[in-house]
Amino acid sequence: MIPAAFEYERAESVEHAIELLGRHGEDAKLLAGGHSLLPLMKLRLARPSVLVDIDRLADLEYVRDAGDRIEIGALTRMADLATNPLLREHNPLVADAAGKVGDPQVRHRATIGGALAHADPAGDPPTVALTLDAELVVRGPDGERTIPAAEFFRGPFETALGPQEVLTAVRVPKFAPATGWTYLKFHRRAIDWAIVGVAAVVERGDGAIRRARVGLTNMALTPVRAQAVEDALAGVEASPEALARAAEHAPEGTNPPSDTNASAEYRREVSKVLVRRALEEALARST
Amino acid sequence: MPRISVTVNGTRHEADVEPRLLLVYFLREVLGLTGTNVGCDTSTCGACTVLLDGKSVKSCTMLAVQADGREVTTIEGLARDGELHPLQRAFHEHHALQCGYCTPGMILAADSLIREHPEGLTPEAVRMGLEGNLCRCTGYQNIVKAVLAAAEEMRAAAPRA
Amino acid sequence: MAQVMERYVGAEVRRKEDPEFLTGQARYVDDMTLPGMVWLGVVRSPFAHARIRSVDVSRALAMPGVLAAFSGQDLAGEWAGPLPMAWPVTEDIKNPPMWPVAKDKVRYQGEPVAVVVAQSRSLAKDAVEAVSVDYEQLPAVTDVEAALREGAPLVHEEFGTNASYTWTLTNGDVDKVFAEAPVVVKGRYYLPRLIPNAIEPRGALAQANPATGDITLWSSTQIPHITKVTMAGFVLGIPEHKLRVIAPRVGGGFGSKIRVSNEEALCCALSRKLGRPVKWVEERSENYLATHHGRDVLQEIELAADEEGRIRGYRVRLLANMGAYLLLVTPGVPLLGAFLYCGPYGGEAYHFECTGVFTNTTPTDAYRGAGRPEATYAIERAVDALARRVGKDPAEVRRLNFLPPFTEPTKSPGGLEFDAGDYGAALDKALELVGYEQLRKEQQERRQRGDPKQLGIGLSTYIEMCGLAPSRILGSLRYGAGGWDAASVRVLPTGKVEVAIGTTPHGQGHETTFAQIVADDLGVPVEDVDIIFGDTDLVPRGMDTYGSRSLSVGGVAVHRACQKVVEKARRIAAHELEVAEEDLEYEGGRFFVRGAPDRARTVAQLALSAWTAHNLPEGMEPGLDALAIYDPGNFVFPYGAHVCVAEVDTETGDTRVVQYVAVDDVGRIINPLIVDGQVAGGVVQGIAEALYEEAVYDENGQLLTANMTSYGIPAAPEVPAITIGRLSIPSSTNELGVKGVGETGTIAAPAAVINAVVDALSHLGVTDVERPATPERVWRAIQEAKTKGGGGR
Repeated sequence: MIPAAFEYERAESVEHAIELLGRHGEDAKLLAGGHSLLPLMKLRLARPSVLVDIDRLADLEYVRDAGDRIEIGALTRMADLATNPLLREHNPLVADAAGKVGDPQVRHRATIGGALAHADPAGDPPTVALTLDAELVVRGPDGERTIPAAEFFRGPFETALGPQEVLTAVRVPKFAPATGWTYLKFHRRAIDWAIVGVAAVVERGDGAIRRARVGLTNMALTPVRAQAVEDALAGVEASPEALARAAEHAPEGTNPPSDTNASAEYRREVSKVLVRRALEEALARST
Repeated sequence: MPRISVTVNGTRHEADVEPRLLLVYFLREVLGLTGTNVGCDTSTCGACTVLLDGKSVKSCTMLAVQADGREVTTIEGLARDGELHPLQRAFHEHHALQCGYCTPGMILAADSLIREHPEGLTPEAVRMGLEGNLCRCTGYQNIVKAVLAAAEEMRAAAPRA
Repeated sequence: MAQVMERYVGAEVRRKEDPEFLTGQARYVDDMTLPGMVWLGVVRSPFAHARIRSVDVSRALAMPGVLAAFSGQDLAGEWAGPLPMAWPVTEDIKNPPMWPVAKDKVRYQGEPVAVVVAQSRSLAKDAVEAVSVDYEQLPAVTDVEAALREGAPLVHEEFGTNASYTWTLTNGDVDKVFAEAPVVVKGRYYLPRLIPNAIEPRGALAQANPATGDITLWSSTQIPHITKVTMAGFVLGIPEHKLRVIAPRVGGGFGSKIRVSNEEALCCALSRKLGRPVKWVEERSENYLATHHGRDVLQEIELAADEEGRIRGYRVRLLANMGAYLLLVTPGVPLLGAFLYCGPYGGEAYHFECTGVFTNTTPTDAYRGAGRPEATYAIERAVDALARRVGKDPAEVRRLNFLPPFTEPTKSPGGLEFDAGDYGAALDKALELVGYEQLRKEQQERRQRGDPKQLGIGLSTYIEMCGLAPSRILGSLRYGAGGWDAASVRVLPTGKVEVAIGTTPHGQGHETTFAQIVADDLGVPVEDVDIIFGDTDLVPRGMDTYGSRSLSVGGVAVHRACQKVVEKARRIAAHELEVAEEDLEYEGGRFFVRGAPDRARTVAQLALSAWTAHNLPEGMEPGLDALAIYDPGNFVFPYGAHVCVAEVDTETGDTRVVQYVAVDDVGRIINPLIVDGQVAGGVVQGIAEALYEEAVYDENGQLLTANMTSYGIPAAPEVPAITIGRLSIPSSTNELGVKGVGETGTIAAPAAVINAVVDALSHLGVTDVERPATPERVWRAIQEAKTKGGGGR
């Protein structure tokens, strides 16, 4: 319940945070909303020697229109994403999934940047970012760079972030007309992590599926795209049978864990059902 | 040790704290406000829920230093001028507590929930809104009733926008 | 919040205890601080089975703020004996000593191996990490069947076996009944291991007075009185009167605080040794290893019946997982269910056999229902199987077998005399409340259209025994104490009433319920009655709170003490009014002369007379107070009918309870609000047990569900609103007519839920689903039925 002792530094700006990370080296950790890191520290499963607190960098808490994209500041809280009007209009998937993370108290504190940088394969925001081909904006000692979500998640709790880099924003596309979406979180209790989660975005045109994007939570060591499902759907007629056929490909290329909630075998099997239902739901929203 | 200044239940408190001191222990052991309880070590049970700048948070998952300069409301600060908060009254009226240990956190989570839903709450919305608070005694039955009753009262009393 | 009413008993009186909880003023153990107080930290074994080669506390001792650190060997001289076990169920039971800190071997993950004492909570935690222990790991065994196999690792080598005891009970000629029965139904059901999870973890604070040798122990306990008796002489080696045990506000128990614990003993001994108050508060992850678990019982039940489905005999065999040691009542838990595997049904032959088995797991002990949820689960699942077998509706088979309605003690096949009941009436009412016929129609419709979400309706017509307990019967079962309880009622000279009770509430509302009884008996406002409890100095006599005993034993004692007060007051009134006692009427706290109602005295007036003692009857002692100690003549037997409606997603196995009806007869109701609260809470704990909760060990004895994120206590979204109905047939056991309500829901619900899940899938050929019925388990049951080519009976 009590973290091991550490030194505490409060960053006054992103640049200051980068400098502090540089000064303290490998054992320094960024602290934002704290809802990924502090639970691990309380169980002493994480023992950073220095925490660099960026929690109150207010200029990283925003959702704004950036042309064909929506840009979300890394410190924006899940609760604010869930109700954000811009997102509700242009990319409701992000808002919806944010509203399914943790519980209300967690969502009041937990940040989108924290959840992405933590890269929990059972976490919902990483899957959504991957499914949306989001861009992650990162600042480090050498300036700013943008990392596509497909390259960001490297392994369980492992990302492309350099030791001195700070994730500052994430950009997600605005949905085109006739785009349907869903985030289906299959779990036993509302507060649980997903046994399996499915993010689905379906773009429709001329009665057919123009493009489908499907991402899976807790089906591998990182969030994964259900590539075979997406391929099976491209350009096909939007019929229940087509969705069901495509959904059978859901477990291809996955490597789900076995734990006390479910076995890998069950996750593989149930992912087919869940992907089918997610596609149905997304499709129903796409008109 | 960092020096922090936190306004708790309307009173400003300054203290030097160890960085690892959790907000809940700052409240309980530095300020002596023991109404906020600790029921787990995984940010699950919600017994430690307080309001931070008016929003429910789990005070076990926040460092005291992170509360520097902010306003915290605990169960001790909920009654105004000797009059119980509508949720406190409703929990009593509807027998929404037994051992009482989860009650402070439950009430503060409910208060935040009600204020975030000026449009009103259904029983299902109350249940979902309390997903982060565990009670082992009541089966939630009367908690849901009490929160709905208090929500109604708070809505009726709220100034019209 | 004054409530003026003619009678309090039966009324929805709002709880007197609420205000302090609602405002954050309640004081639990962790809220207490004493001058000079230091913190105990417990070093626990990471292994389930290992020999301790050495313990090195030097690094911890060198840390700033650390006062002391000890191994089990270092502390060996502190103990007069091991921690107490009070229920040696057989003469030849194997009962290993359990020391507060292990000396040479650990037998479960989490067993204490060393302790530290430090200036603060966080320093104690740091120091715990600094203690190094050298272990020689041994193979572990966690499963009861595996533990009994030849060559299994022995938890206690000295016994040469992992079996602790075998206890049997037989009524009638069981073999003959089974041999002659045309229908025999068998069921094999495993009840998972559960972690009680009172939301307040355990905690203890001890203060020794070196000058007097007195020790005061504040503990988050259900049993201050039993702790005092057993801890003082047997463990600490001090005279009983030198130990005072106080249970302040206690944040739930559910059996997990019926414990005379390692940590309580350590706080006392270390306070004595160091001359400082010593406090320990469990962290939740620590609680998962250190506080006892519940259930973990493998049950086999057989019913012998005729072709109509009329049950004639019962045969039951249990393997009960004791864990690594026997705690206070560990071996006795199965005995609390042993007489109830016949449920509320008839029959002529009954056999029960239970073997207690040691494993390398956290010790088990009482958890809400203790023994009775096991019995109810076995019989209610088996009765459903019987109904399927004879092709009848489960409700019909139950009706066929219920004992007929009765109001005087009536013998059941298990050998007990039930107190009063109408089992069929409870079932009828429950079926009506739930809309049984309509539900069966909807179920048919869903089946016909092949809906992926199927509906199941599950019944549980349970009976339980509680109100622990007649001392004579406890003695015959070899329990080490009596089952009486005590109350003393003092009417103060101002007319206010103080009542000291021997039960120890931790959420049950005794301060209100008992005050209602007193207020009616003495004719005073309920606000004027104060209930004192949980302190062995203030309340010297008591047997504490467990087994739904508080009202039907302690409450009856309160009522009897009030009757004694009234009788004394009558004598004073007669004396003052100069009439014969039999010429006085008593009503609403007022004595008046028959035929002259203006000539009267109130209890309050008489209390003042008794205090001034200016004019008392010749030879009467001053003061208006009385003590009553009540030892019940029989148990009480609440019963009822619960109906669960579950929706099962046949594609994923996900199961949700969509409707739940509980109709219970808990006898006469003192406070309906509190009764309904107990029912709802109990039912949800039972639903949790059926669908969500399970403590899982791996093959090395590592607890995999090690904290609240992986052990699935449901929150509000996971559970339905409960519809509560009621019968109220007074118990024949006590003059209040009350039964018990603390455990009914948890006893009844798991069977109702799983019967509903199986019912939803019965057309697919599913006859059983393992508990808890997780999505994967339900899904697997469906897959297995499919491969077996199932499809109905």
